[in-house]
Amino acid sequence: MTGPTLYALTGAALVGIGVFGLISARHLLRRVVAFNLIGSGLFVFLGAAGARGGAADPLPQALIITGIVVALSASALAVGLVVAHARASGRPALPEEDEEA
Amino acid sequence: MSALVAVLVLPLAGALATVALPGRAARIAASTAIAATLAAALALAAWVAARGVPRLEIGGWAPPVGIAVEADGLAAAMIVMTATVMAAAGLSARHMLAPGAAGARAAFGFWPLMLLLWAALNAVFVSRDLFNLYVGIELLSLAAIGLVAIEGKAAALAAAMRYMIFALAGSLLYLAGVVLVYAAHGALDAGLLTDRTPARTDGLALALMTVGLMAKTALFPFHVWLPPAHGGAPAPASAMLSALVPKASFVILLRLWFDVMPDQATEGALALMAALGTAAVIWGGLAALVQERLKLIVAYSTVAQIGYLFLVFPLAGGASAEMPWAAGAWNGAVFLALSHGLAKAAMFLAVGQWMAARGGDRLEDLRGIATAMPMTAFAFALSSITLVGLPPSGGFTAKYLIMTSAFAAGQWGWALVMAGGGLLAAAYLYRPVAVIFARAEVPDSPLPSRGRQVVPLILAGAAVALGIASAAPFDLLSTGRPQAAGEGL
Repeated sequence: MTGPTLYALTGAALVGIGVFGLISARHLLRRVVAFNLIGSGLFVFLGAAGARGGAADPLPQALIITGIVVALSASALAVGLVVAHARASGRPALPEEDEEA
Repeated sequence: MSALVAVLVLPLAGALATVALPGRAARIAASTAIAATLAAALALAAWVAARGVPRLEIGGWAPPVGIAVEADGLAAAMIVMTATVMAAAGLSARHMLAPGAAGARAAFGFWPLMLLLWAALNAVFVSRDLFNLYVGIELLSLAAIGLVAIEGKAAALAAAMRYMIFALAGSLLYLAGVVLVYAAHGALDAGLLTDRTPARTDGLALALMTVGLMAKTALFPFHVWLPPAHGGAPAPASAMLSALVPKASFVILLRLWFDVMPDQATEGALALMAALGTAAVIWGGLAALVQERLKLIVAYSTVAQIGYLFLVFPLAGGASAEMPWAAGAWNGAVFLALSHGLAKAAMFLAVGQWMAARGGDRLEDLRGIATAMPMTAFAFALSSITLVGLPPSGGFTAKYLIMTSAFAAGQWGWALVMAGGGLLAAAYLYRPVAVIFARAEVPDSPLPSRGRQVVPLILAGAAVALGIASAAPFDLLSTGRPQAAGEGL
């Protein structure tokens, strides 16, 4: 198995774990982590896509760095919202999904 | 050309200034940024109408390495509509979100979030790069979520949280599609991708991007986050969220299906999108019929109106793209997006003033409000005319165009959806209009000044004027369209 293929499969696996977490978790913090896993998986996959044909393609690397910045800001806002929501409602889950939190 | 840079840079600079400057100076900076961006938007539209499509390759780097921005007619029209709504929302927010009225937190947070939202909208409208669009819609969602949560109440925070989950899932689906496109073609520029050799993964990539953007547009069945989020935000924020934010992801969908990958548009996929739109028209209309709070009626009406927009796909895409009726359907959908934006913003701003006067937005609270505030009541009624699609409003022109296309295409089912949706809209808007124009004892309450009451009326008037003077916007829309759009049929 070549390097890029391994990276691409790792990325795909991360996306899969993230999707599973997103569907199965009710706790909002777990969902934020799941979103980050999916995002990271996609970035790994994008990096692997740029490594085809031997020489590394610098463009995906620039895209990934931009994407990480975007994902970081989104995560920061999400965690802030989770904390504010948990303080206001006393629960770390959405109202309609409370029973399993 | 410099107007194109200005509509992107001015709101961003304004957002930074409103964060950095203290209290009163921040509000002055916000007003300045709003006025300057509005002027830049009008200048840009005039430039596009007179001289064609301005294109800018940022930093002098040409695609595929650099990012290109381009303001075609569609972008210019959306930017002008956005600027109009933003200016009206800003004027209303000066009072509704003054520090004394809404609390220090909302008074501080509103201006930077509003300007960031504006910058993101303009960036999405002019961007020609799929990854840059991802960054744009992500910034848009983050600013929009902040606006939903701005009052910090438990219900608003829950609505913002639910919105966040849908928006992030949508972004990631879109991003997954972008990654597949890059893996297959090594380019993300819309122009380069139009001329690509189709790859096997293109269908999957387009499907992923489309579903992600549908979640952000709040198309049925991804609409559940919209009513609580739009109904729970302060009125000027609701106006922007409902009138503008879904339009950004819809514009990306238009570009993907009609410009970037028209070759992937199969009949089944196009029909499925319109079928979901039909479900949105019916579901949003029925849900709006049974709401007791006026803001929720207006929010569910957004769900229904978004549904209409998706009827454009089978009428102007796929095999229809080369047909004479395609241009009519495409223009009709964009016209509907523009007139809905103006009318919906007018409605939310009117309801916001009534809530401030009566302390609530339950229909019973608003009985007879037209006697006290005739101008805003008239604005609400005018907006209803546009949403129902009665002549001579912009909504009528839009629906007329789409219906004629549907008949010409022999796809009369979609015309029935239009007609049925109009009837539903008339039914759910009759209730609030009947209540606000009812004869009732008017309790004494402080009323907003005439200058503030006229703001929603101007927006509603603009939505109607789109129908009366439709020639200039039509010419603008056809600028930069590949097929000769014109009046269509």
